[in-house]
Amino acid sequence: MIDAVGAWGRDERVGKIHESGSLVREGTWAAYSQHREMFQGHSSHGPAELQLFDPPSSFSHPHAWGMSIDLTKCIGCSACVIACQAENNIPIVGKDQVQRNREMHWIRIDRYFKGPAEQPEFVHMPMTCHHCETAPCEQVCPVAATVHDSEGLNTMVYNRCIGTRYCSNNCPAKVRHFNFFDYQATAPNEVRKPWLGIPDTQQNSEIDPLRRMQFNPEVTVRMRGVMEKCTFCTQRIQAAKISARVAHAQGRRDTPLVKDGEVIPACAAACPTQAILFGDLNDRNGRVASAHADPRAYQFLEELQLRPRTRYLAKLRNPVSGSPDHPPHGEER
Amino acid sequence: MATATYTTYLRDQEANLSTDPRHRAPLVLGDHNLTTVTDKITDITFRPASRGWYIGLCVSLSLLSLLFVSIAFLLLAGVGVWGNNNTVAWGFDIINFVFWVGIGHAGTLISAILFLFRQNWRTSINRFAEAMTIFAVMCAAIFPALHIGRVWLFFWLFPYPNTMAMWPQARSPLWWDVFAVSTYALTSLLFWYMGMIPDFGTLRDKAKSQWAQMIYGTLSLGWTGSCRQWLRFERAYLIMAAIATPLVLSVHSVVSFDFAVAQVPGWHATIFPPYFVAGAVFGGFAMVLTLAIPARQMFGLQDLITTRHLENMCKIMLATGTIVGYAYAVEFFTAWYSGEHFEQFAFLNRALGPYSWAFFVMVFCNVVAPQMLWIRRVRTNPITIFIIAILVNIGMWFERFVIVVTSLHRDFVPASWAMYIPTWVDLGMFAGSFGLFFTMFLLFCRFLPIVAMAELKTVMPQARLTHGPHRFDYQPDPDTPPELRRGGRWT
Repeated sequence: MIDAVGAWGRDERVGKIHESGSLVREGTWAAYSQHREMFQGHSSHGPAELQLFDPPSSFSHPHAWGMSIDLTKCIGCSACVIACQAENNIPIVGKDQVQRNREMHWIRIDRYFKGPAEQPEFVHMPMTCHHCETAPCEQVCPVAATVHDSEGLNTMVYNRCIGTRYCSNNCPAKVRHFNFFDYQATAPNEVRKPWLGIPDTQQNSEIDPLRRMQFNPEVTVRMRGVMEKCTFCTQRIQAAKISARVAHAQGRRDTPLVKDGEVIPACAAACPTQAILFGDLNDRNGRVASAHADPRAYQFLEELQLRPRTRYLAKLRNPVSGSPDHPPHGEER
Repeated sequence: MATATYTTYLRDQEANLSTDPRHRAPLVLGDHNLTTVTDKITDITFRPASRGWYIGLCVSLSLLSLLFVSIAFLLLAGVGVWGNNNTVAWGFDIINFVFWVGIGHAGTLISAILFLFRQNWRTSINRFAEAMTIFAVMCAAIFPALHIGRVWLFFWLFPYPNTMAMWPQARSPLWWDVFAVSTYALTSLLFWYMGMIPDFGTLRDKAKSQWAQMIYGTLSLGWTGSCRQWLRFERAYLIMAAIATPLVLSVHSVVSFDFAVAQVPGWHATIFPPYFVAGAVFGGFAMVLTLAIPARQMFGLQDLITTRHLENMCKIMLATGTIVGYAYAVEFFTAWYSGEHFEQFAFLNRALGPYSWAFFVMVFCNVVAPQMLWIRRVRTNPITIFIIAILVNIGMWFERFVIVVTSLHRDFVPASWAMYIPTWVDLGMFAGSFGLFFTMFLLFCRFLPIVAMAELKTVMPQARLTHGPHRFDYQPDPDTPPELRRGGRWT
């Protein structure tokens, strides 16, 4: 159970029953059809258009990768979590480490319940790296192990990371995950017994050969002591870019650029309701650019001026009037 | 004899604590002259150590071995042996770092800033306060060095030409820390060592064994005490004091940037640099008192480190403690006045959330307890001072705990909120750092001049030619020309 202060903070951000919060925005279809702008400008800091400093260089050449996550469509099935885990060689850390808040999932489903415990209203909010253009994590890394690339990916250079964990502290979404132990070198039920050995040699000698065959060969296996996070499936982006370039050079394609729908990250591929869309924001007619233009689209923590590349689409409910879990229309706020 | 000693004691106490502005209170009590001061200090080195010293050293060495065991385990197993998690990614590591660096502030403040302000009372305490600074910075350096995930690559924090063509990232406050702390450590060490050179000369001259003569002789760098050497020495000491003075303020300002530059509510505040510096001086003086009160008892230095010295330090603690209390209050006001939810929540959660006990320990120890120092009888009684100093040490540790943990454990997204629970390795390294600190301090007390003898003599009446009860001690050389007699320290 949460204490009174925590409950107050949570309710402000997530909203009480039948209410919208600043982080998780929601409303009824009836209200939304009356007032399309209802999800805009809910930051806890007031409007944030006026800024002292110019926005950073655009990180949009030749592509501007972005994502949209539709809270209305998300059913909280966690297929994205598992797909990401399989795609990106994410270690399974075991119950003990999860209880210590050291889970490694690059995407997670934040679950909020509202109202009475017997009949709660709930929200599922998939949370992953937003690839902020003004990423707070990048500014505090002392060794430049996390940097932006020209297409707006907030990249993590595992080889360079020394593990100060400062980036994790400064990440408002807390989507950075630290390898507290050599998770890949130990079976999940053995992580409580730390591996004793010379740290830098683990990759080839310590990991069980059978387990090694499970790994996605396109993705690095991270060692103990480094931070890791969502890459927007950079390996899939690269694969699509390379094949597009090759096809263009061979005259089989009109453009060397990747087209909408040609890159599908693991989470989006697994999503049964297509709540997660990924694509190029430079493509004005693309699915993601259209989603960002939707009146339901909002930025996560826009008062922090993160300029995230991921936007959420607010959750719409269409309650049946008079049903037990929803009051008749007349009594709604 | 006993009666006479007691009479002397009463006379000294009265003069020592006098508030009469027409007379300067004596800084050295008892019937000391230049010789007895030298004997008093050098005896600590050349007489066999007391049983208390050996017991203290055994306890400290045990704690020190705990530190080594904890570090070995940490390096072999990984940072996961600590209680840190993905939400509270910094825990005891950074708390202890800031705690020890803070303690390291009093030494250089006493030796540099009070020197520039001509606070002569500093001469009895500056030497071991500086030693304390060096040892505290050593303890502090352990934590950021070992808290990183891949310790064996720590040198990537330094700007050196390399085949990766990579330099550190200059926008990161952690990198500023590397320079701030290493500059401070180096300057403090040089300042400390330089100040000891004349006293090493004295120890060399008093040493009976050949080993001691060789070691102290080497350390004294050929000091002869000639007029020319004194001239150079004092000039250099003044310059070093001027260099060290801004560092006292800069180090903890930079340490505070680790928090203030981040965007975590409860960290991101412009008040942090002055607030941290005041807190560091506050905690540093508390640690000086924690060490000075038992040390003066153990080595019988009550005539040199007098009650007035303790009282002066209490006054500084009272002043800086008030600044710290003000900063606590202003943080809450700012949070309320901002009208910003995350900021307001961070502070409500700090005072009333799951870690409110830590917050109230901090407020009691740092704000309530030092108020007792307004009472003169409290701040002139070594026992009450010692109790308050211990409370302030505890409070300043909890201040860092409150800043680091309560801000991180509930930040923006409620789903990622978490609690922080330290493990035995956290506690072992914290206790072990005290082992390192006290081991170094006890070795220092035994083998180095604990009080700056040469400096202390300059504030004794014997150093003044024209007045004072010991005028007859000085026999001016009739061959010395009058203009030289007036110059320098012999005014």
